[in-house]
Amino acid sequence: MKTELLSANHAAALAAARAGQANRFGRGFCSGVYPITPSTECMELLCAQPIDKGHLVRVEGEHSAMAVCIGAAAGGARSFTASSSNGLAYMAENVIAAGLMRLPVVMLAVNRTLGPPWNIWADHGDSLLLRDSGWLQFYCLDNQEVFDSILMAYRIGEDPNILLPAMVCQDAFVLSHTMAQTAIASQEQVDRFLPPLQLPHRLGAEPRVVGSMASPHQTAVHRRQHHEAMGRVFAVHAQAQEEFANIFGRRPADPVVPYRLEDAEVVLLAMGTLASTVERAVDAARERGIRAGALRVKMFRPFPAELLRQNLAGKRRIAVLDRNISLGFGGVLWGELRGYTDPQALVQNYILGIGGGDVQPELIEGLIQEMRQRKEVEAPILLEVEP
Amino acid sequence: MNEPLFNGAGRDCGKPLLRPGNTNCGGCGMSLGLQMLRRALGNHQIQMVIPACCAAVAAGSYPYSAIGAPVVLSTFASSAAVASGLANVARLNDEPTRVICWAGDGGSYDIGLATLSAAAERNEDILYICYDNEIYGNTGGQRSSATPIGAVTTNTGGGKVEQKKDLLAIMAAHGIPYAATVSIAHPDDCLRKLRTALDTRGFRFLHLLAPCPTGWKSEPAQGVELVRLAVQCGLFPVVEIVGGDQLSINVEPDFSATALERYLALQGRFRKAALDPSQLQTAIARHWRGLRLRAAVNDASHATH
Repeated sequence: MKTELLSANHAAALAAARAGQANRFGRGFCSGVYPITPSTECMELLCAQPIDKGHLVRVEGEHSAMAVCIGAAAGGARSFTASSSNGLAYMAENVIAAGLMRLPVVMLAVNRTLGPPWNIWADHGDSLLLRDSGWLQFYCLDNQEVFDSILMAYRIGEDPNILLPAMVCQDAFVLSHTMAQTAIASQEQVDRFLPPLQLPHRLGAEPRVVGSMASPHQTAVHRRQHHEAMGRVFAVHAQAQEEFANIFGRRPADPVVPYRLEDAEVVLLAMGTLASTVERAVDAARERGIRAGALRVKMFRPFPAELLRQNLAGKRRIAVLDRNISLGFGGVLWGELRGYTDPQALVQNYILGIGGGDVQPELIEGLIQEMRQRKEVEAPILLEVEP
Repeated sequence: MNEPLFNGAGRDCGKPLLRPGNTNCGGCGMSLGLQMLRRALGNHQIQMVIPACCAAVAAGSYPYSAIGAPVVLSTFASSAAVASGLANVARLNDEPTRVICWAGDGGSYDIGLATLSAAAERNEDILYICYDNEIYGNTGGQRSSATPIGAVTTNTGGGKVEQKKDLLAIMAAHGIPYAATVSIAHPDDCLRKLRTALDTRGFRFLHLLAPCPTGWKSEPAQGVELVRLAVQCGLFPVVEIVGGDQLSINVEPDFSATALERYLALQGRFRKAALDPSQLQTAIARHWRGLRLRAAVNDASHATH
């Protein structure tokens, strides 16, 4: 397979272009696009890609970018957009609408700290703001995973048993602007992986309302069906992993990825590129004879509760590293994870890398030491990373 | 005597666009607008986008719909952008479908204006119809920038102090292929414009004055009469603008003071503010000077060619 030296923004654009082109025998590809740092280059490159039966609408804001995607998807087309930070916040109303309309749009969320203070660097507060929007969420480790996850997002989201939009999240600059050798699938391969979208509730010629009003009871029925579709994602994801491996020759990551976990006395959990730094720190600790291990949460929605429970069974010292803060509460991953550890486990939340603070492996190694000696759990600890 | 309306077109309108069972108030001007639109459709296949507004509520509750067309009920500010997506997908698939936004004044003049402007600037292949009841009817009747001066609303208890925004001029300034006002009291002109708008490609904007008995505190049976009076006194000019600059006046008002006074007197919303009609007449005269100038330029350019 061909590899190219690409930023993750450009890898995402090529994945979206391949997915769009793959729907040329369906109802085509149409998206709304709007720039915001650091996701801009993704849409720039996508706008320059030749896509048969494709059209990109250059709109006046993120809210409308997602609205165009809603219209396009309601018309049966494949759709894609990218945004970040306050752009995602501005878009939020239509993100929720796309989710609740069960339209399988895919979005690249380039994680950037919400402002003010205005800051263009990475933390996960923006996409986590949208965790309850009814979208799938995947947090990526590297450029290749960004490319692969976009194809996986379409494959899973468009599955007739799922029909949900998906957000592929990547850290600002750490991935978005950093170039790496990336295997770019051929169109013929993507055509095989992504058959034309068949949206059962697409708008056609007959009277039908997409996004209807509903009674309390009907609304509860819709929510239950949506929630149940989320629950089916794990099986569809596993099936898609096998199909992906057969066609592309590599297997995408599991929803939860253990690293040197088997005999670990201290386990660290993280999402996104922070998990990569954690793995380096685990290696360093192991070299010093410390039994450290890691667990990366790749899929955050649906929340892989059962997989986390299995992986954390018997683990007694667990550090949850959050690159986000729910103010007045603590880390979002920590908050969600707590119910799935052993009752005796000591689960400590560290909040770090806020505002794009550069988290070095040495800092994590220090946390591993601290966790080994820790006698009791404290309230979430916010670490300020010095420049 | 039962003369067929609209040169007989009224008889052949197939299945209704607004079906029985809808929840609109009696005398709703928007209901009449939808009936007129149905009569204009002919064989056109349509898809509609309705943002939050009375028409969205009128459609009724899942799994039923009182709208006899495929519809996306969009978020409040988004109809023109959602329609852009639908229209482009129809084009990519060589479908002649007309995508129609059916939005109230709140969704057009206020919260949706940036989206509307952007879709017009891109000349998307959309027919955008603003049914203007001069009020946020769905939320109980608050002022919008389409509410006329002097009208009492639920959040302007002493009457609105600002003039109504001139949305038609704003839309024409985008240079769109077709923009027009339509009067439900002038059905032949209304039907002709709806058909012209349906047959034109690119962005088309229609402004329909939609009496709201509930918000205007008027008799449901008098909606058409109210629009007739608004046209007669010059308050609601019936015009069309082709290509952003070729303005034609389609119905000549007589600017009678009695028509204006009767228009105001028939509506409870103007009673409290004790609006001085001469104030409105000054604004009407000024607005019409502008319309005449633009229409004259149009006539002159026709004369020289």
